[in-house]
Amino acid sequence: MTIVQARPAGPDPLPGGSPRLTRTDGGPGLAAHLARWGPLRVPADLVAEAGRAGLRGRGGGGFPTADKLAAVLAARGRPVVVANGTEGEPLSAKDRTLLQRNPHLVIDGMVAAATVLGADRAVLCITDPASAEVARRALSERTGRAEAIEVLVAPDRYVVGEESALVNWINTGRPVPTRIPPRPSTRGVAGRPTLVDNVETLAHLALVARFGAAWWRQAGTAEDPGTMLATVTSANGTAGDRWVVEIEPGAPLDGLLPAGPVLIGGYSGTWMSPEQVHGTTWTSASLARHGATFGCGVLATLPAACCPLAETARVARWLAGQSAGQCGPCANGLPAIADALDQVVAGDRSGRAAGLVVRWAAMVDGRGACRLPDGAARFVASAVTVFADHLHQHRRHGPCAGVGHPPVLPTPGLGAAS
Amino acid sequence: MKYRLEVDRIGCDGHGLCADLAPGLVTLDDWGYPMVAAGDVPADQLRTARRAATMCPKLALALRPAGDGARRRPAPPG
Amino acid sequence: MTGALAAVAATPKADWYLMRGSGLVALVLLSATVFLGVVGTRRWQSPRWPRFVTAGLHRSVALLAVCFVALHVVTAVLDSWVGVGWLDVVVPFRSPYRPLWVGLGAVAVDLAVAVTATSLLRRHLGHRTWRAVHWASWLLWPVALVHAVGAGTDTRADWGLAVVVGCAVPVLAAAAWRLATRQPTVRQPAVRQPAARQPTGRQPIPQPRSVP
Repeated sequence: MTIVQARPAGPDPLPGGSPRLTRTDGGPGLAAHLARWGPLRVPADLVAEAGRAGLRGRGGGGFPTADKLAAVLAARGRPVVVANGTEGEPLSAKDRTLLQRNPHLVIDGMVAAATVLGADRAVLCITDPASAEVARRALSERTGRAEAIEVLVAPDRYVVGEESALVNWINTGRPVPTRIPPRPSTRGVAGRPTLVDNVETLAHLALVARFGAAWWRQAGTAEDPGTMLATVTSANGTAGDRWVVEIEPGAPLDGLLPAGPVLIGGYSGTWMSPEQVHGTTWTSASLARHGATFGCGVLATLPAACCPLAETARVARWLAGQSAGQCGPCANGLPAIADALDQVVAGDRSGRAAGLVVRWAAMVDGRGACRLPDGAARFVASAVTVFADHLHQHRRHGPCAGVGHPPVLPTPGLGAAS
Repeated sequence: MKYRLEVDRIGCDGHGLCADLAPGLVTLDDWGYPMVAAGDVPADQLRTARRAATMCPKLALALRPAGDGARRRPAPPG
Repeated sequence: MTGALAAVAATPKADWYLMRGSGLVALVLLSATVFLGVVGTRRWQSPRWPRFVTAGLHRSVALLAVCFVALHVVTAVLDSWVGVGWLDVVVPFRSPYRPLWVGLGAVAVDLAVAVTATSLLRRHLGHRTWRAVHWASWLLWPVALVHAVGAGTDTRADWGLAVVVGCAVPVLAAAAWRLATRQPTVRQPAVRQPAARQPTGRQPIPQPRSVP
């Protein structure tokens, strides 16, 4: 996995332009980590400092970290810290890359959070066994609070990364979302207030603890401070090429990807046409203009030879299979959308299938216990819009040649393209 | 006092009594699950709303004071 | 009106006859309640009989049944001949009169109290607790039926037996219906389903997310 730093086109705001989370000089060991960053100091007002930094969750939700910390502090009971490294999004590799290259920064973040919350239990949840191995090795080098950190290997399901699902899995073994309220920050693991944060968020927290909000804000923009990890999938030929970059908000998308329609945010994200990509920067405001968000930092393009509708249909089928099956609109709607997309790909002369996709996407949006249906709705609705011309071709002439292309977007556990 | 109708999405089994009892407040989607009208329940519909909540076989429909604790749903998986 | 009541009260063994009559009515109403309950779980409805009618009737008939059970129990205690005390109403198998059959009546009362109380407090107990106790209805009904046959006086007559059979057949048929059919549950992820309920032409297809 190549690690590359992407810099904005403008003047470099960081003296020396040093990478942060992608700084791996010296390897993942503890000694190199301390030589790189110095010892961890946890200021007593870390929560306020995180607020001043404007640190937001990097798992997809973008929730202000300081608010989450404050909510856990305000709740009754001794807190628990859960680091979410499950990375259920198949297109995302940033969390496992971070864990394998910079595990001590994540551990520092957990220690910092546990210290300021007064937590006596900390759990690192991972689905990838290789990352778990590296994490365990890194923990064996640590002393003090970090010694108590448990590493748990969670089942590799899309929804296990959802906050309440992860807590539910730890509590009962069932990786499915639960009713909100109560939120995990109020009542989570073993009924205790639980901080669930993405591993990247915790890594940033560790840096804020060391160097303060002002330093941390030197990167990025005023609205989107700091840096972010992103996974870029650029398809060359038949297989995707995937790498992890550290991006500063403000960077133009053009510099990050080859030309073509782009999927931003993963399978819960938004398709954007080349015209939309051009002129859009990696900022929340610029992305919002096209209905997109940072999400978990996934950017993906497709090879020209494949059929984007067939890819969308297959991913929609996969998402339907990932449903926890607890809520009617999701359990019924997502398979229905997948069926309609299959019809679109096969060539639906009446055009009703595409209309059904759009109708049902709007119908399932916001109607589950978690945001899986919301993400799926956004994914398919944006595909139908961005690939409208291609859709029209399918409608009039049936499936295109690209339908036979080998699957590009990963759908772990699902059969070949339908 | 302003009230809202809220659906427990996990508990709801799509029985559909709510839509029959309070057609002005609840409609059913293409799979028989309730879609509740946004906003507060109008005062003249409160009794209807209460009855719909009482008659739900799964107690999945609730009439709650508006602004009762943020019920924002969590982030997308990833 | 009061004159008629006074006349009834003055009739020897008024309690005795009221007890028997209210008992039979209670059994009929209880059977109707159970039947309506099963109809509800099978989600049966027709254009002129929506789901909430079944649900509403189930509740109303149940409450009416409880009233008649109460009347039956009070008159049984007040009646001097059977010698059933207040305690025997809830503690089974103590009464001097037909202890086994009357005792079953006490069991039925205990179950009815549990089911009724939890149903009235449903909102506070939550669905799972309520449902767990509500299953006891399937024990309550046969116990009540056996009590009627064993302790009842009128059930020895042909017409009384006919009433009992008339209660039993629909409930047993409903029980068979419930066992034989399964309701669709929510849990159907990744199953290829035909699109249920195609949208009618009237409803507009919502616009896609606006993209400039």
